[in-house]
Amino acid sequence: MLVLGVDTATAAVTAVFAEVTDDGVRELATEVTVAGQAHGERLAPAIETVLTATGHAPADLSAVVAGTGPGPFTGLRVGLVTATALGQTLAIPTYDVCTLDALGAVAGPGRVLVATDARRKEIYWASYLDGVRQTEPAVAKPAEVAAGLAVDRAVGDGAAKYAEVLGVPVADEPRYPVGTALVALAADRIRAGAPTETLVPRYLRRPDVTPAAAPKPVSTR
Amino acid sequence: MSVDEPLVLGIETSCDETGIGVVRGTTLLADAVASSMSEHARYGGVVPEVASRAHLAAMAGTMREALDTAGVRLSDVDAVAVTAGPGLAGALLVGVAAAKAYALAANKPLYGVNHLSAHVAVDTLEHGPLPEPAIAMLVSGGHSSLLMVEDLAGRVEPLGATIDDAAGEAFDKVARLLGLPFPGGPPIDKAARDGDPVAIDFPRGLTSPRDLQRHRFDFSFSGLKTAVARWVEARERSGEPVPVDDVAASFQEAVCDVLSRKAIDACRSNGIDTLLIGGGVAANSRLRAMATERAERYGIRVRVPRPKLCTDNGAMVAALGSHLVAAAVPPSTLDIPADSSLPVTTVSLANRIGA
Ligand SMILES: [Zn+2]
Repeated sequence: MLVLGVDTATAAVTAVFAEVTDDGVRELATEVTVAGQAHGERLAPAIETVLTATGHAPADLSAVVAGTGPGPFTGLRVGLVTATALGQTLAIPTYDVCTLDALGAVAGPGRVLVATDARRKEIYWASYLDGVRQTEPAVAKPAEVAAGLAVDRAVGDGAAKYAEVLGVPVADEPRYPVGTALVALAADRIRAGAPTETLVPRYLRRPDVTPAAAPKPVSTR
Repeated sequence: MSVDEPLVLGIETSCDETGIGVVRGTTLLADAVASSMSEHARYGGVVPEVASRAHLAAMAGTMREALDTAGVRLSDVDAVAVTAGPGLAGALLVGVAAAKAYALAANKPLYGVNHLSAHVAVDTLEHGPLPEPAIAMLVSGGHSSLLMVEDLAGRVEPLGATIDDAAGEAFDKVARLLGLPFPGGPPIDKAARDGDPVAIDFPRGLTSPRDLQRHRFDFSFSGLKTAVARWVEARERSGEPVPVDDVAASFQEAVCDVLSRKAIDACRSNGIDTLLIGGGVAANSRLRAMATERAERYGIRVRVPRPKLCTDNGAMVAALGSHLVAAAVPPSTLDIPADSSLPVTTVSLANRIGA
């Protein structure tokens, strides 16, 4: 089955086109751009690219897998609304994968901290044992995470950014969610034809409730 | 594709309404709106992050409702249009990303359009093609603009705009002063019906001869709001009851006086006989009546869409999209940004460079 995976919960915009077979997941094409704040501009072209590069069209897809965060809200929503709209239009199921798992699952054996950049001097994090998540995804200051930490190493852009505070060796890869890992984490559900899942963002933070500032004049002479 | 009567889907998420409309030519087929207004009411204004979250949660359901109501499938439409700006950045982005995905999945052209031009275009659904050139006055909680619409498919020029608060914002703030609910437009309109519009002589911003030299077609409502606040405070200090109806009526009279006066001046000085009023404040009964009455004296025809079409909705985006398709305007590419400060002169984003 041909599957699209998307993740926009970090600075990286990831689109992967993969084939899910009985015994594995094969990557057909992938596009990863570290886009800063340009998720909305990069994702749709990336999806178009991974499909057309392999001579395919959206109608060929059987499922869409989305990283549901945690991640900075504005970028995260781009991936989720995109996956939701694709699933709705193509009448195919959408599947939810925790973004941190798309790093943790391919971070190797042992005890690993996965940490992505949450901005505001915080990280989104979870700890893994042999690729399996051991804690609920959370957001916290790196120093608070470091205090209770018992891991061999750390991965992710948040770990790299706060390596000194965390005080554990940081591996170079994976830095961002890995597309094929994302799809692989939903492969059993895809093969089983599991019911579609509503893609609910893992915000982990309440919204700032400052009302919109007075809008600037749209035009001045 | 039928160029005369294109079937277009429009998505609007620039503020707190998730709107999806379907239009065929100038015929409205569906206008589905999910509003997060009630979630913002207790903050006295729209909270951007709350609005953005609500857009994501409401998108698929609103789309289903719009398509079901119109009795069409996405595969039937000729194009997908979306508000690309101006508006709240995070809120816009949800709609733009969704529109790209719908367009990509259904293999349809995408039109990223200007929210203000969409407010103008929506009137074609009610009153047919817009005579060009026309003057458009757009007044809402987010904008107060006078525009010269030479060609709705591409030539829209700003004549003036508010230099401080938007007109709808002034209604919200004065409503709060008077203990009336948010949004302030409807309760002030209602209270004003029982009040005396000449009871209090509130200031008319930017109407003095000196101001008119520099700001002939600009608006200012912040001084008016302050004047209302001072008047109400003085009353309260003196221990007298605040005549809410009279304050509402006098405030509303001042706003409508300035708006209609400047709009008609814009028509007369440019020799234009069509005035279109749009945006949420266009639902105000006094503004409609005053502008129409004053315009008649000069042979100017006033067009105001019905209240539901004046507020933000997807139908207006679809209406503009339909106009653009019929005018053979090139579609947007999939990499267009959501632009929170999109200039009014950019009616649609043909491509990023053009933006
Ligand atoms: Zn508006």
